[in-house]
Amino acid sequence: MLKAKVLIVGAGGLGCPVALYLACAGVGTIGIVDYDAVELGNLHRQVGHTESRQGVSKAESLAMSIKERNSDIQTIVHETMFTSDTAMEIVQHYDIVIDASDNVATRYLCNDCCILAGKPLVSGSALKWDGQLTVYNYGPTCPCYRCIFPTPPPADTVTKCSDGGVLGPIVGVIGSMQALEAIKIISKVDGVLAGRLVIYDGQQATFKTVRLRTRRPNCVVCGDAPTITQLIDYTQFCQSPYSESSGKAADRIDTNLIVSCKDYHQHVYTTNSPHILLDVRPKIQFDICSIPNSINIPVDELNKSDNINKIDQLISHDSSLPSMLQKLTNQYHHLILLLILIFHSDCMYREKESNVVIKHIRDGLLGWSDDIDPSFPIY
Amino acid sequence: MKVKIEMTGGLEILFKNQKNHTYEFKDRDTMPLRELVVWMRDTQIQERPELFVEDSTVRPGILVLINDADWELDGGIEYIVEDGDTLSFISTLHGG
Repeated sequence: MLKAKVLIVGAGGLGCPVALYLACAGVGTIGIVDYDAVELGNLHRQVGHTESRQGVSKAESLAMSIKERNSDIQTIVHETMFTSDTAMEIVQHYDIVIDASDNVATRYLCNDCCILAGKPLVSGSALKWDGQLTVYNYGPTCPCYRCIFPTPPPADTVTKCSDGGVLGPIVGVIGSMQALEAIKIISKVDGVLAGRLVIYDGQQATFKTVRLRTRRPNCVVCGDAPTITQLIDYTQFCQSPYSESSGKAADRIDTNLIVSCKDYHQHVYTTNSPHILLDVRPKIQFDICSIPNSINIPVDELNKSDNINKIDQLISHDSSLPSMLQKLTNQYHHLILLLILIFHSDCMYREKESNVVIKHIRDGLLGWSDDIDPSFPIY
Repeated sequence: MKVKIEMTGGLEILFKNQKNHTYEFKDRDTMPLRELVVWMRDTQIQERPELFVEDSTVRPGILVLINDADWELDGGIEYIVEDGDTLSFISTLHGG
């Protein structure tokens, strides 16, 4: 057990129990990759973090929890985004990978990376009351994630834990089972959950274990003649970002298209330059408080034709708008506290090729409350 | 024929928020799964049918089980549903 090296991708609700149980079991080297920092709102389900470590990187915080329990364990903190550029270099140092991530792009990335690097992948996922668990790339007939899901789900059908919520004990159950599968793989015992899927319904208190298909000979990554022989851009493949975090617009958006609340207030709002201030929060939140003269279209409804027409009427006609909004919806899907500007052609932020420029206001309403209007309610 | 349907992983929201359904077709002994799926889309879903069916099969991201085994083991969408079958539609989860 001490010789084993396990990589945990994601130090969240699943990654926490996995890390704690593996540490207590004496798995010698535990790597943790996560790019986020601990927030108060995580603590109900991410039991490896504490109130006092708010703001600390999750990977670092979880490594501290491991050390507190078992100082013999070597922890390796990968405080980086797990992407096609970084994944292979990280994964090759480990024997087993645990997919404890929170988004579909990372799940395809973990799968392909493990196939290419020849590592077993213990995959767990959860949402609300439900959890799922299986092991990929373990044995000759074992299917991979792509054998079962060759096509990624449409981006607008994917619900995130931060949107849909998940109960702490659900990720606790699934994470604990992931740790157990890793221990079974390390100790070479029978009964590893390869080629089978556990489906846990916490509300009905039911477990179901079902048989999965065998490896598909025509699978693009683990098949007999694979066409994917190196990692691809999974955000593009899945039309969704690697992170479900709402705090890192700068990672996904061209920095030229981000303005601060101060700049927006000073150069656009108070000078009344022609623009539209679009607030994309859910309607119920918009109704509680909003910036005067902003309009509300919830982010989930941005690409509905009614709403495109609505915006279209507010600005001069621009044929590129629907495709821009489509792109926007994909890009911004999780940015709940996001404000977007759409400028007229004579605006200072004009771009040459289009008379419509869409910008993101950094920090949204929190920034507005901090920098512009301290009386603006924070909730 | 009578079939039992189970919805999990959040898919039940499309089906009156009920996880378990029983459908009875008195004049039928068997039914192609494709026909059943399209019938479910057309008669059992109130809104957003595209979240269930795409290109006349079940949309990507939903795993289908026939009597608790991956439907690919039984021919996938081409399977012929029989009396007493249980079909499970499982929305794959990505959170964690």
